[in-house]
Amino acid sequence: MSYIPTTDADRAAMLRVIGVESVEELFGDVPEALRYPQVKLPRQVSEPEALRELREISEYNVDLDHTPCFLGAGAYRHFVPSVVGHVIGRSEFYTAYTPYQPEISQGTLQIIFEYQSMICALTGMDAANASHYDGATALAEAAVMAVGASRGKRRKVVMSAGVHPEYRAVVRTYTQGAEMAVAGDQDGVSEVSTLAEMVDADTACVVVQNPDFFGHLESPPALRALADAVHAAGALLVVSADPIALGLFAPPGNYGADIVCGEGQALGGGLSFGGPYLGYFACVSKYLHKMAGRIVGQTVDRHGDRGFVLTLSAREQHIRREKASSNICSNEALMALAAAVYMTALGKSGLRRVAELCYHKAHYAATQLSALPGYELLSERPFFKEVSLRCPRPVTEINEYLLDEWGIVGGYDLEQDYPHMANTMLVCVTEMNSKEEIDLLVEALSNVEEEA
Amino acid sequence: MVKYAKDRRYLPTHEWVKLEGDEAIAGISDYAQDELSDVVYVELPEVGETFAKGEMFAVVESVKAASDVYMPMSGEILAVNEELEDSPQLVNEDPFGKGWFVRFRPAEPEQYEDLLDAEAYEKHCQEEKEEGG
Repeated sequence: MSYIPTTDADRAAMLRVIGVESVEELFGDVPEALRYPQVKLPRQVSEPEALRELREISEYNVDLDHTPCFLGAGAYRHFVPSVVGHVIGRSEFYTAYTPYQPEISQGTLQIIFEYQSMICALTGMDAANASHYDGATALAEAAVMAVGASRGKRRKVVMSAGVHPEYRAVVRTYTQGAEMAVAGDQDGVSEVSTLAEMVDADTACVVVQNPDFFGHLESPPALRALADAVHAAGALLVVSADPIALGLFAPPGNYGADIVCGEGQALGGGLSFGGPYLGYFACVSKYLHKMAGRIVGQTVDRHGDRGFVLTLSAREQHIRREKASSNICSNEALMALAAAVYMTALGKSGLRRVAELCYHKAHYAATQLSALPGYELLSERPFFKEVSLRCPRPVTEINEYLLDEWGIVGGYDLEQDYPHMANTMLVCVTEMNSKEEIDLLVEALSNVEEEA
Repeated sequence: MVKYAKDRRYLPTHEWVKLEGDEAIAGISDYAQDELSDVVYVELPEVGETFAKGEMFAVVESVKAASDVYMPMSGEILAVNEELEDSPQLVNEDPFGKGWFVRFRPAEPEQYEDLLDAEAYEKHCQEEKEEGG
């Protein structure tokens, strides 16, 4: 039986409307050689044979249970308590779809509400949404929302070069064709003080990342001064932040951020080949009605009992249609659940402890690494769990040597995004890196000059 | 029964404007609030902002729709109805009175003459209703 629902007559009618004679003519612009490629598959194999082959292929992978890893740059390896997997694996959550019907979705709605409440507590914001796809799209939504908050009158986004390069690329992709300008990050260097000078009457928002992509922590007074300057010019301050860092350092709400967003993968999510991840998003109440995505609210039913519903839906694309500023009507519910369970399991003090471990281990690593001949820290500025390290050789060479000779996954090569940062490695240390692993990295890097 | 106040004029997009000396007040019509059903939020402009005639200056959200609200005449916003923040239902209860949106200073008072009077506006609404709009 054919599963193609169109008949020859249907296809002929459609071709007539388009104004071409045949399907071949329709695809005439595709080079001949690419049009109907021969798919040369090997002979079929049995299931055990296929599994054996796939397992052999998978064994070529380096896995982080057996390999020390110092790679971060936006995706972080933190301990995930077993309870996270147990809860998100429950079929009530694992298979649940859109909780539009509160009558049958109280569990999902309550967990999203609790997730939102915890994100608000972590960021110092008044309201959070049910999440976005990842940190990059959350930031793009923040930029679009800031333009919306000016009722479309301000169309420039001033973005620090310290924002994750991939996030900046996504903001540009997201806003292309929307008559928005993105500026501030072109030369790869932005200081908080110079960002304020770039704000003009057309600026919708200033975007900073804290800690920034290089690991630096900006001081709350400097960010407060930026927030004041941005607000005085009538624009919004958007802060992208590592949620683990917020367990230890001042929430952006304390220094005047209007929107706080970021990647929530670190909260109970694995690295998982890059997804699914979690874009968390929160704002001050003044801009609540401009926020994209779903929001779950707490209410009472007709008996006066507590209940949860999707709320403020008139903002959303399915009601607001062409006037909506965002087409996001969905969220990463399962990853938001993982984050909620993670934060609940750790609690306020546990999250702080994770952040402290990252901070102290990263500082131990930085002290040891910068003492090696040929190595130095990019700057003396305060940092959290990542630090930019100048190396004696190109980072790609060093990383190859580390993996091949020492079985270590090295740090991120900053030169690929910042051409002026040759031989600079972004080294990430989390609570998962033991002292032995750090010492091994130091020993390995001390041999780079001669060996690599 | 939808009302059409005779002491003011209208835009086909359902905004009303009433002159008071050299100032004016604007809001949305009884017909508009009736079509929207329960209003849950009104987003108002800032005092001091200026808008051209026909420019979007507010957004009204009801349980079933979100609609842009357009300036009936060009002018500078002098005051906004802050009561709507906590009591958006005033738009439903008293669209021509307590449910007003903004007070503004018309930049071109003669624009008033081009607007629909109550009779013409009522006719417009009836046509819109018949078209299923």
